[in-house]
Amino acid sequence: MTTAKIPTTVPRQSATFDDYTLSEIRRAAATGLYDIRGAGSKRKLPNFDDLLFLGASISRYPLEGYREKCGTDVVLGTRFAKKPIELKTPVTIAGMSFGSLSAQAKEALGRGASAMGTSTTTGDGGMTPEERGHSDKLVYQLLPSRYGMNPDDLRMADAIEVVVGQGAKPGGGGMLLGQKISERVAEMRTLPQGIDQRSACRHPDWTGPDDLEVKILELREITDWEKPIYVKIGATRPYYDTSLAVKSGADVVVLDGMQGGTAATQEVFIEHVGIPLLAAIRPAVQALQDLGMHRKVQLIVSGGIRNGADVAKALALGADAVAIGTAALVALGDNDPQWAEEYAALGSEAGAYDDWHEGRDPAGITTQDPELAKRLDPVAAGRRLRNYLAVLTLEAQTIARACGKSHLHNLEPEDLVATTIESAAMARVPLAGTGWIPGQGGF
Amino acid sequence: MPTVDLSVTSLRELNQALHEQSDPGNDRHWIVKNPKGQHALAAGVDAELDIDIEGHVGYYCAGMNKQAKITVHGNAGVGVAENMMSGVVHVKGDASQSAGATGRGGLLIIDGNASARCGISMKGIDIVVKGDIGHMSAFMGQAGRLVVFGDAGEALGDSLYEARIYVRGAVTSLGADCVEKPMEDKHREELAALIDAAGATGEVDIGEFRRYGSARSLYNFKVDNVSAY
Ligand SMILES: Cc1cc2nc3c(=O)[nH]c(=O)nc-3n(C[C@H](O)[C@H](O)[C@H](O)COP(=O)(O)O)c2cc1C
Repeated sequence: MTTAKIPTTVPRQSATFDDYTLSEIRRAAATGLYDIRGAGSKRKLPNFDDLLFLGASISRYPLEGYREKCGTDVVLGTRFAKKPIELKTPVTIAGMSFGSLSAQAKEALGRGASAMGTSTTTGDGGMTPEERGHSDKLVYQLLPSRYGMNPDDLRMADAIEVVVGQGAKPGGGGMLLGQKISERVAEMRTLPQGIDQRSACRHPDWTGPDDLEVKILELREITDWEKPIYVKIGATRPYYDTSLAVKSGADVVVLDGMQGGTAATQEVFIEHVGIPLLAAIRPAVQALQDLGMHRKVQLIVSGGIRNGADVAKALALGADAVAIGTAALVALGDNDPQWAEEYAALGSEAGAYDDWHEGRDPAGITTQDPELAKRLDPVAAGRRLRNYLAVLTLEAQTIARACGKSHLHNLEPEDLVATTIESAAMARVPLAGTGWIPGQGGF
Repeated sequence: MPTVDLSVTSLRELNQALHEQSDPGNDRHWIVKNPKGQHALAAGVDAELDIDIEGHVGYYCAGMNKQAKITVHGNAGVGVAENMMSGVVHVKGDASQSAGATGRGGLLIIDGNASARCGISMKGIDIVVKGDIGHMSAFMGQAGRLVVFGDAGEALGDSLYEARIYVRGAVTSLGADCVEKPMEDKHREELAALIDAAGATGEVDIGEFRRYGSARSLYNFKVDNVSAY
């Protein structure tokens, strides 16, 4: 006698309650605290991959790859500063604090950037001599926390960046957890060692654009109008924020999209506040154009820039330069498979490791542990960053030449099409093969 | 004694001249007339100068001051002596919001009242206010001392780190993690020295002051503190 087997369905995972979501619920239930992590947004967002360049053919002719020049230089701070910054490549290193990064990592960033004739930026923790010494051009951030802020460093800087917000956490303040508040970091920030530091989200002595204008005036007066003054904003309402930054007297606007990295922020903040860079550039450029300030006030954009195509696309949409954070750390050696076993021991894996706030980075970059930090050779890591910056520049030039441009800044939205309706609407370029730009032209 | 009349000379010219005084020579004492509420007056000075400003000033007067003694014979706008490093700034009248914000050293004396956020994020500055101070004062204060002869508004010392606060009058409310602490002899001595530095010895009875500081219970993230984050 045979028993008929009743067919059963295979176990089915929920798309809503996926593995990650379930693990987060368990983690939250066990700890009662939100998840804090480093890096940027990890989910799929509309990005530059959804855009394509239209190379030259009969209606436009290309430039010869090796013979015909394609300029890459950019001058930042031409509006008011007596000493604007001249960069050889429009790829800058974004602000990342000493504290979140080791002194060796900061030095490597300076070395790599300087070798390529570009700038690097301090962060929420002040300026270190290593960083000043190894960076030919250093942008000094003025953040709400004002950790380490002082007029001598201000005068030693090549530009000043007033940080209003960051793409990973627009409207949020900095965080540095106790493990990373070493003696040196504590001293630079005037904080007790080992505390979980939360820095303010608003500046202590100004609120709103009218105050900001006066604050910028003060910074100019202190530095005798020499330094370019940047205003950095997290991408949320880029049209209005860019307009207000210009109105407040900025020389340069830095616009950071939601993919932008962070040293330590609540996961919920990283993934749910702010807009993707792709959606933010055109409104910002529009604001500059409406004010007659495009190319007079320079626009630097950041948040998920990975390769020369991203650089070229950002510039084609109207930016003057880009900034990189995460990619620069990866070039130094962050998340490198050579540390696979150690990432596994930390419950992560190479490529996914984002517990940068814990200070246990096997690659020795996002740490203050002297033993781990020693693993990073600043000279070799600086060399890798230099190489990577060279590739970004060469790739962007390759595309620009194919589009017939003798300078990266001659790239324009007309060189681009989009592969999705979303990206066409956000970047305000036609859907490939059509003349349709969703949201433009009356419907 | 250089006298600068701001109805004739520009702010830029004044500040540039002050920045060029690293070797002060005979010109130690400067007088500034007709400030008329201009902003960023005498900001970024780094020299042992004595600067008397005869009138009211706007935002960020004496911002990031180093070494100089700057006296405002009038009221001061937002952020007077913000991020001061050293020296003395003395406001004879009242001060607006964020007086002495993020200051890292030196002494700020306000003869009148100071508004909200006095000493916000202070990092080593000493502040003596002879009148009252507004809400959220010494917010996130990291180091330095704040002395108030009068009353303090709401949420005094919210999220305080290691700044120390002495208030003679009433405190409307204390902010998260700010608590009253006992006054011991060493605190009375510290207070007496600050009052002396402000030239106010004998004006107030040290026995009337109460001391406030950080309970340090928010120094590390804990689930039981969630309501305070
Ligand atoms: C480790 C790390 C530390 C950071 N620290 C700061 C900071 O101190 N100030 C700031 O304005 N932005 C900070 N950022 C953000 C970067 O300046 C920049 O906006 C972002 O990294 C750009 O996006 P990307 O990482 O995708 O290139 C930090 C980012 C990282 C990855």
